[in-house]
Amino acid sequence: MSDGNQGGVKLKVVGQRPVRPDGVDKVTGRAQFGADFHLPGMLTGRIKRSPHAHARIVSIDTSAAEKLAGVKAIVTSADFDAGAAGEVEAGESHAAMKEVAANCLAHGKVLYQGHAVAAVAATQPEIAAEALDLIEIIYEVLPHVIDVEAAMAPDSPVLHDDMFTKGVTPKPGKASNVAARHVMGRGDVAAAFKAAEVTVEGRYETAAVHQGYIEPHACVASWGADGQSTIWCSSQGQFLVRAMVAKILNMPLSDIKVIPAEIGGGFGGKTTVYLEPVALALSRKCGRPVKIVMSREEVFLASGPTSGAVMDVRLAATKTGKIIGAEMTLKYQAGAFQGSPVNLGCMTAFACYDVEALALVGYDVVSNRPKVAAYRAPGAPMAAFAVESAIDDLALKLGMDPIDLRLLNAVRDGAKTVYGATVRYSALVETLEAIKASPHYRTPVGNGQARGVAAGFWFNVGGESSAAVHVDEDGGVTVVSSNPDIGGSRASMAMMAAETLGLPIERVRCTVADTTSIGYSGSTGGSRVTFATGMAVVEAAQKVVADLKRRAAQTWECDVGHVDWKDGVATCTDPSKDVKPLSMKAIAGKSAKTGGPIAAEISLNAQGAAAGYGVHVCDLEIDAETGRTTVVRYTAAQDVGRAIHPAYVEGQLQGGAAQGIGWALNEEYVYGKSGLLENPSFLDYRMPVASDLPMIDTILIETKPNPRHPYGAKGVGEVPIVPPLAAVGNAVSRIVGKRMRSLPMSPAKVLAEMSK
Amino acid sequence: MPRVTSISGRVADFTGGVSAFEVEARTVRALIRELEARFPGLGEFVEDQMALAIDGEIFQDALGAGIGADSEIVLIPKIAGG
Repeated sequence: MSDGNQGGVKLKVVGQRPVRPDGVDKVTGRAQFGADFHLPGMLTGRIKRSPHAHARIVSIDTSAAEKLAGVKAIVTSADFDAGAAGEVEAGESHAAMKEVAANCLAHGKVLYQGHAVAAVAATQPEIAAEALDLIEIIYEVLPHVIDVEAAMAPDSPVLHDDMFTKGVTPKPGKASNVAARHVMGRGDVAAAFKAAEVTVEGRYETAAVHQGYIEPHACVASWGADGQSTIWCSSQGQFLVRAMVAKILNMPLSDIKVIPAEIGGGFGGKTTVYLEPVALALSRKCGRPVKIVMSREEVFLASGPTSGAVMDVRLAATKTGKIIGAEMTLKYQAGAFQGSPVNLGCMTAFACYDVEALALVGYDVVSNRPKVAAYRAPGAPMAAFAVESAIDDLALKLGMDPIDLRLLNAVRDGAKTVYGATVRYSALVETLEAIKASPHYRTPVGNGQARGVAAGFWFNVGGESSAAVHVDEDGGVTVVSSNPDIGGSRASMAMMAAETLGLPIERVRCTVADTTSIGYSGSTGGSRVTFATGMAVVEAAQKVVADLKRRAAQTWECDVGHVDWKDGVATCTDPSKDVKPLSMKAIAGKSAKTGGPIAAEISLNAQGAAAGYGVHVCDLEIDAETGRTTVVRYTAAQDVGRAIHPAYVEGQLQGGAAQGIGWALNEEYVYGKSGLLENPSFLDYRMPVASDLPMIDTILIETKPNPRHPYGAKGVGEVPIVPPLAAVGNAVSRIVGKRMRSLPMSPAKVLAEMSK
Repeated sequence: MPRVTSISGRVADFTGGVSAFEVEARTVRALIRELEARFPGLGEFVEDQMALAIDGEIFQDALGAGIGADSEIVLIPKIAGG
């Protein structure tokens, strides 16, 4: 593996801004998304969903629906393999397959409004809809619980009779909605608070929010007469879909081929399955292809948002601003099944700061909401909202500049994180300094406006990836990636291959392969693809270069050590040979005579993904009559290692900031007393659109390239959603004149606080 | 000898509350084997569901990774992302 710092090497492609390869198809409507596939004889699938927040399924009668002309198949959880077991590596945690299966089709109980109970496949959408009405389900309605602390109460309705809190000694004898208790920390926190000259504390709440991807979940599944099945779907991982469907339907992996469609956003929410096993079960039953497409309402009701949270945080500090101790309790909603990202909240909460004594307790709590799914930097934004708000309180109390306070406490290389890793290759200090020196921060705050600052962290991960590099006969190159392109990875893969091969980017194309056409890969998530799959691409390209040099040496009848490869051309350095350089095209054109096709595939398990840090500054104003907050200026700076395609990286920062601003100001799942969701549409679930926001300025910090990656890349997609909640909250709090502790800071909430 | 610590409450379920101990292993594979022998179930649990911070660097599913004579090993939850 080469040194990511690339000392002294001038890169020609990496760091440039070529036109995005997928752009034209997307803006002209030619890109094929999950809902765009059509097959002969294809049926329409629809899902029958629970109208109740919590109920026991007494009976399901499908007989009337089955008699309806045009209905070809109906499935319930009885059509899934009852023994579906084991776990599959998914978005934010290992997904227990029994629970994934029970989320796709309810078994015994429905646990939230919209929980799928049965599905039908019919020749026409109208017939499918009519059939749903004819399926008779008798429920015994049960008491429900929505909010996280109510679900933790001893007298709360319990969702799962077999759930006993993990992480508690002795093992509880009574079932509970608290799936797990996570404890982590170090040092003597009590002594730190005893020694503290200044303390701050507060309780913070965030709402459940949805990833809001523009493309609803969609798939086509076709069961083959020979047992070979094919699924076309929009997901963050074709191999992950294959693994989950295989377990739920008890099929060999080799009997399922998953073809990844273009994806209209995922943000973590497409690292699980909802429709695919249902569609394939329907197809298995009737022998015809089945397409299922969620409506937007179904997306809100039945696909995973991320957790809402309640957090209590206390900081102990010296009067000079050094934080010497902290304690925090985090309670995260998991939705209907265990698996909130609260452990990641605990691990990330203080990851930006070097604090000697820490004590964190996290609770993973189920309630009658849809099961949460991963969402950019799972668990981190909520924890950062609480911690960065508390740090802002500390800055106010001490009269310190908020950047200076953070610089005083920032982690530097060599510091120890609460989860045990040593900080390496970090550029948090440089990122804070870049914000402090930015034109934005140096410009005085406008009249009637306020400014907020916050920092954020994400681990970034590596993992298993595969990639291939094929040299065409005319010297062009195709890169085959194993990961769906959700953030520009086709561009970055092609660029890293071009850089390694010494070709112009125009000579390299990248495609995303199905599960039968490339080696296994983990899903597109965790900000891992440019790092891990990129590493596979570079190693495959290096292997191709070695092969090209070998062929040139063979042609010149010289030692391969006398072949130099530069700018896509082989040059002979043997002084005894009077030969002309050989271009890639020349070598590829005669590949049959030198050993056959030129190609290489690499599969690896990448380690050493360096963590990333971000610092955001936000200026905003509030309409005193309506309470509406308007962000007027926003700058996001981030430690990115090295940006392979800077425009895409800037886009990640801008997108993360936009989603975080929505999380801070408007977005929330609103439930009524009956436990039903009151805003399952984009009309009532308000996400920011382009006209709501100013241009988000970006600063890419490239002072610490990741030496474990050939070109120094770090993951960049998750960090930028971590700081915005508190950056916005800290600014709003300045204008309101009191600490805003609850998200979203909607106009009504802001007005209420201002009028107190 | 390499020293193992954990931030996971789940690990304590296997170790009976012991949160720090020394091992002889020099690879992750050997570590898993040793954990399983000393705390039945823990080796399998760590292999399937945990990552390791070895001298501060995070390793996931890396059975061949080396462990130094004085390495510090922290058992941490596997990290994925969104």
